[in-house]
Amino acid sequence: MLKLYYDLHIHSCLSPCGNDDMLPSNIVGMAALKGLDVIALTDHNSCKNCQAVMELAKEYGITAIAGMELTTSEEVHVVCLFPSLEKAMAFDSFIHKKLPQIKNDEKIFGKQQICDKDDTITGTEEFLLINATEINFDEVFDVVSEFGGIMIPAHIDKSANSLISNLGFIPPDSRFACAEVKHTGFLDKLTKQHGYLKNCKIISDSDAHYIENINEPVHYIYSETKEIPDILNALKQKSDSDEF
Amino acid sequence: MKLSEFIKKSNFEIVSEGDNTDTELSKVFCCDLLSIVMSKNPANSVWITVMGNMNSVAVCVLTEGGCIVLAEDISPDEVMLQKAKQQGVTVLKSSLPVFDTGLIAHNILNA
Repeated sequence: MLKLYYDLHIHSCLSPCGNDDMLPSNIVGMAALKGLDVIALTDHNSCKNCQAVMELAKEYGITAIAGMELTTSEEVHVVCLFPSLEKAMAFDSFIHKKLPQIKNDEKIFGKQQICDKDDTITGTEEFLLINATEINFDEVFDVVSEFGGIMIPAHIDKSANSLISNLGFIPPDSRFACAEVKHTGFLDKLTKQHGYLKNCKIISDSDAHYIENINEPVHYIYSETKEIPDILNALKQKSDSDEF
Repeated sequence: MKLSEFIKKSNFEIVSEGDNTDTELSKVFCCDLLSIVMSKNPANSVWITVMGNMNSVAVCVLTEGGCIVLAEDISPDEVMLQKAKQQGVTVLKSSLPVFDTGLIAHNILNA
């Protein structure tokens, strides 16, 4: 098994709240510099910068997974990771139709820039990406599975936009196998309160909106290979060698 | 009633005082789902919510709300605080639940 240092929740300049410096070269360059093995680009409700980051990551020899931080109708944030760029882009098209058609006001929310691997801005997303989509939390597992992806409720320990803060509990009929926490120090308490988590793989990502916030090579998973399908499989399986 | 007078009468804790305290307040609005607030928050409202993050400030600016009141003793995160100062948005705080906070605000505006 390979020990892979990861950061699977990173925003680019496509997220309105993401800093304009979150360009593909900065994200991938910083991840490589820090010694991360695998990253995922997870902009709010969009995968449109994944291609640039994946292409660049290949050149740097690190694995980049195409992802999205989906906002459910309850404004719960869920990290969704896909086995390929094609699947992610199909999911992107599907989600784009489920977004409210409210235009982004750049002055208030920030820019939503699409770029290529040379950091050239090739377009902007017109609709505000931080809005709630029409997808309910209980639909996410099936919807994401249809595109071959996995769902990871994001920063479940945070007081806003998290599964636990927004729904108040983990629905007992949930099927997700992995959950993300921001601060690992409260994990024992969290698991005591929410028994469902005992059987979950727990990961901790940066949720970086600024380049300096990308994770140090601290958190790791074990995977058969550095290939994306193997990493997604590893994320679905709790094991004794897990960090948490 | 002007926002400055409302702040005095409500005794809500001042988290961040904006540059709009001369605003004539319109009415009370209670909601947490930002996607709804974005389309429904009346201009110059007293908006009561438990969402203490930066997006609340952005939504308040977008809808030209009068102020944000965080209920349930919710504290804004650091980024929200910065954004509120940057954008000149007034943020207050109450230890009471949303309804009770709203009722107090409503009674002050309609006294």
